Amino acid sequence: MSTLRQRLFSRLSGSRFRTTSQGATQRKTVTFGDGSAVSSKVLISVASVLVLLVIWWAATHKWGLPDGFAEQAERADRTESPEGRFSETKLVRACKADPDCSYSQLFNHRTLPSPVNVLKAVNELSTDGWRQNTLQAHTWASLERVLIGLLLGVAVGVPIGLAMGLSSVLKSLFDPIVEGFRPIPPLAFVPLLIIWFGIGETSKVTLLFFAALWIMIIGARSGVLSVQLSKVHAAYSLGASRPQVLTRVILPNALPEILTAVRVSLGVCWGTLVAAEIVAATEGLGFMIWDAQKKLRMDVVVVGIIVIGVMGVLLDLVMRKLETLLIPWRGKG
Amino acid sequence: MSVVNDETANLSVSALGMVYEVPNGEPVEALNDVSFSLEQGRLLTLLGPSGCGKTTLLNILAGFLAPTSGTVTLGGSPITGPSQERGMVFQQGALFEWLRVSDNISFGPRMNGQRKRVSKPLVDQLLATVGLAGFDDKRVYELSGGMQQRVALARCLANDPKIILMDEPLGALDALTREKMQGLVLELWQNTGKTVVLVTHSVEEALYLGDQLFVMAPRPGRIERSYELPFAKIGLSTSPRELKASPEFIEKREEVLSLIWEMEEQIMGHEDGR
Repeated sequence: MSTLRQRLFSRLSGSRFRTTSQGATQRKTVTFGDGSAVSSKVLISVASVLVLLVIWWAATHKWGLPDGFAEQAERADRTESPEGRFSETKLVRACKADPDCSYSQLFNHRTLPSPVNVLKAVNELSTDGWRQNTLQAHTWASLERVLIGLLLGVAVGVPIGLAMGLSSVLKSLFDPIVEGFRPIPPLAFVPLLIIWFGIGETSKVTLLFFAALWIMIIGARSGVLSVQLSKVHAAYSLGASRPQVLTRVILPNALPEILTAVRVSLGVCWGTLVAAEIVAATEGLGFMIWDAQKKLRMDVVVVGIIVIGVMGVLLDLVMRKLETLLIPWRGKG
Repeated sequence: MSVVNDETANLSVSALGMVYEVPNGEPVEALNDVSFSLEQGRLLTLLGPSGCGKTTLLNILAGFLAPTSGTVTLGGSPITGPSQERGMVFQQGALFEWLRVSDNISFGPRMNGQRKRVSKPLVDQLLATVGLAGFDDKRVYELSGGMQQRVALARCLANDPKIILMDEPLGALDALTREKMQGLVLELWQNTGKTVVLVTHSVEEALYLGDQLFVMAPRPGRIERSYELPFAKIGLSTSPRELKASPEFIEKREEVLSLIWEMEEQIMGHEDGR
């Protein structure tokens, strides 16, 4: 039997199961309501992405306003209204008046750039860059801030979380601080941080440190609390000392939850950073899209949005991979 | 191994009492005036309805709980906390799933400063003893429940404890595996000469494994009756099915069952009366 063909088939039909259990799933008569019978069909997912791209392309490129029309309309708009505001309704009116323009052609490079323009912008950004920095440099600037902030958050948060799960004194000491600060969105600290540290790296890394800290503390603490008492008992009965119980039993037991917390922190940090860069920065993806918007370069904005999304997905994938490598025992205790 | 009576392995329990304070309620007397002594090399099974304090007693012996009154000594020295001279086997194995089988077994020796390389021959020998030769490199979650309990037994033996405490070690296993494992427990007990205290819910298991049996009763938790049993010794040379079908075994089983049944009825009545 051709195993490649079998594998290909199981990929395309989307079943996560191999031959035997796949057969069992196929023979199920009740599938509506059975969560395990709902699998992902790769072909359908690919089709959904393609449809989305085609709609985007059609709306902007095929049926979009003819080149130069928006500028024309804008100029007409300026002469009509003395404040020189660019208004969508005027554009609509102008479009209606023009026999070459249909009413549906409302997307233009000022509102939504076409995929082709976005691809051109990617090329432009990666060679010429935006404000002295290439797209890669902006991406790396953002990524570096996230990684440093996250690392600091892990380094401080994990020991505090472990301590809170192990000692009543330390739990009581840190509980009000953690519970008090946790509900505050990290972005609320941005004004203070800018006053204290300026708009440089320190303020951003501090912000991300705070974003990660509470999540890491809570993750590490719940990791300790999830340790089965019998495992701790077993370790003591086998002659382990307190430090040995901590490093050989509690820490490995808490590792899955700590890694989950790292993954969540990474997502939160990434989101927080982009917002923080919008407020104040001279490089980074958040800075790039905000600066581009001011210059009405929507193609650059869309490139920035896509890169932010792709990086978010990639970071999550890396963390998932790390989890399967570092904690193969997860959920099997 | 050691067949000569070793007095340092004699367990002595006197006037043991354990009272749990319940917030906004009457204190629960989990144990009341429990006294017994157990010589080295005996296999004691503890049986009784839930709430009779058998697990509490075992946890006190292990050193996980401090009794509110009375004393427990092993070889003359009082038990104040967990120690490697008292090995534990838990219902769910309590294996360390992040370690391989061999590292689980060598955990005790390694905690006491032995290098992994040094404990290798011991690990191999113990794996063979529990019938898992060649499984040293497996992850514990790749093993079946019965195999995991074998690893738990080997891990406990690796420290060469004076006494082995088992908290319903076979309770989570299916009937067939359980019967096989009972044979293994008997074999290990006989070959190592260790003192064993085993808590169980199964009357049959308590009779089959114990050369001494305490039937415990609840409210307050106490030893209701003590039996000296011949079956564990016979069980080493007879097939378990044959033994469990013998008239003597059945007679004892019915006697103990009716005793427990009576207690359960009383508890039910007690609860209905509230």
